[in-house]
Parts: sequence; structure tokens; C-alpha cells
Amino acid sequence: MGRSFFRRRKSCPFSGPSAQVIDYKDVKLLGRFLSERGKIVPSRITAVSNKKQRELARAIKRARFLGLIPYVIK
Amino acid sequence: MAFYESVFIARQDIAAPQVETLTENITKIIEDEGGSVLKTEHWGLRSLAYRIKKNRKGHYVLLNVDSPASAIAEMERQMRINEDVLRYMTIRVDELEEGPSAIMRNRGSEDRPRRPRSDEDGDNSTPAPADAGDAPAKEAVTENAPVEEIAAEEVVAEEAPAADDSDETATDKGDA
Repeated sequence: MGRSFFRRRKSCPFSGPSAQVIDYKDVKLLGRFLSERGKIVPSRITAVSNKKQRELARAIKRARFLGLIPYVIK
Repeated sequence: MAFYESVFIARQDIAAPQVETLTENITKIIEDEGGSVLKTEHWGLRSLAYRIKKNRKGHYVLLNVDSPASAIAEMERQMRINEDVLRYMTIRVDELEEGPSAIMRNRGSEDRPRRPRSDEDGDNSTPAPADAGDAPAKEAVTENAPVEEIAAEEVVAEEAPAADDSDETATDKGDA
């Protein structure tokens, strides 16, 4: 934060009026929160709120179990 | 009575009609135990992200169920026995989704490259596809911050999802 200029904190993409619903079946949405290795991207990078990050992690793990998303991308 | 969402994956080498009868059998189990299946959705033959019991593809079926817990227990017991079912997952939900699920909604737009974005003002410092990090980007733009700030943020935020996005499509093609 303490750089030469003020960095605005981005708000959570799952909060607010135009929020998307986190759903384990929405592979396209979940894919945006995975790294290129298939790991869950930390919320400090994606600006997802703590509560929603937990929900998101649960959805990703469900999608992985069902073979919609890989556990690892080699 | 509670609402459940149940997804199961059937073996790839059984035919589509057999999947139908399998689904009917499961529906019957639920109904015998006093529940009801409110929606059945066949996602068709999809490729799995990794091999499950030596299979690379599987027939996905989603059931939206309103039933007592005993019916779910019986259904899961039957699916454990049945060798055509590779995997199943039943989740209790507070309310069932109306209309087609996300999988079905995305299917039509899969071939289309990206949905167009109206508010592009100088923040594409990364060659990121418009889709990746869409919502965060939009938020930042509307907040009326100086452009350089947004750009700096964007590089960090979009890098990972963007790279992944292209990667995923690549692997999808490899599977198919």
C-alpha cells in the first residue's frame, strides 16, 4: 500500500448489487480464480472477501471432485 | 423434506438410452421413499478433467430432489453398488435453482470467443482476454480512479486468471 501513490482497494466481485452467485457447476466462473497450475488464487490478489473466498474454495473443491476442474494442471 | 442437488457421472461406454433408464431407476428409488425429483438435467457426455476409474469421459446427470434424508441414503447406497456410476455427489441446498444450471447456460456460448465489453478505457495494459477478471476490472473503472493506478492494479490481478484461462482451453482441446 505504501507506494508513491495511493492504491485503491478493489471491492469483492461477489458482493454488491451486481454480484455473481458462486456455484460449483459454473466452471467458467471458477476458472477465473485458479492459477495456471489449477491452484486457488489467494484472495489478496483477486480481492474476494473472506467469507466469499471460503465459499469459492468450497465450490472449487466440489467441481474438482466431479471432474469438472482438474486438481493439478501439468 | 429437504432440497438436494445430486450430480452423478455414468461410465462413458454405456449408451445414452441406458443413462436414461439409470436416471429413471434413481428417480423411482426417490419416489418410493416418499420424495420427488423436481428437475432432471442431462449434461451429456463430457470429458473429465482427470481419469476416474480409468475413464476419460462420462455422462453427467443432475437431479434436483425434494425428499427425506432416508431417500438420499438409499439412492447413494444404490449408486455405490452400481458399477455404471463412476461418482456421485449430493449436496443439501436451501433452495433449488430455477431454470437451467450454469453448465447448460454456458454450453451455447462455448464456441463464441468472448462477450463484448463496453467500458474499455485504456486499462488493457495486459493482453488479457476481456473475460478474465471481468468483474474486478469493471469495479475499478467505475470508481473513477486515475488510469495509471488501475493499470498497475490490473497487471497484478489479471495475470493469474488470464493465463489460466487460455491454458484451460488448451487442455480441453487436448482431451477432446
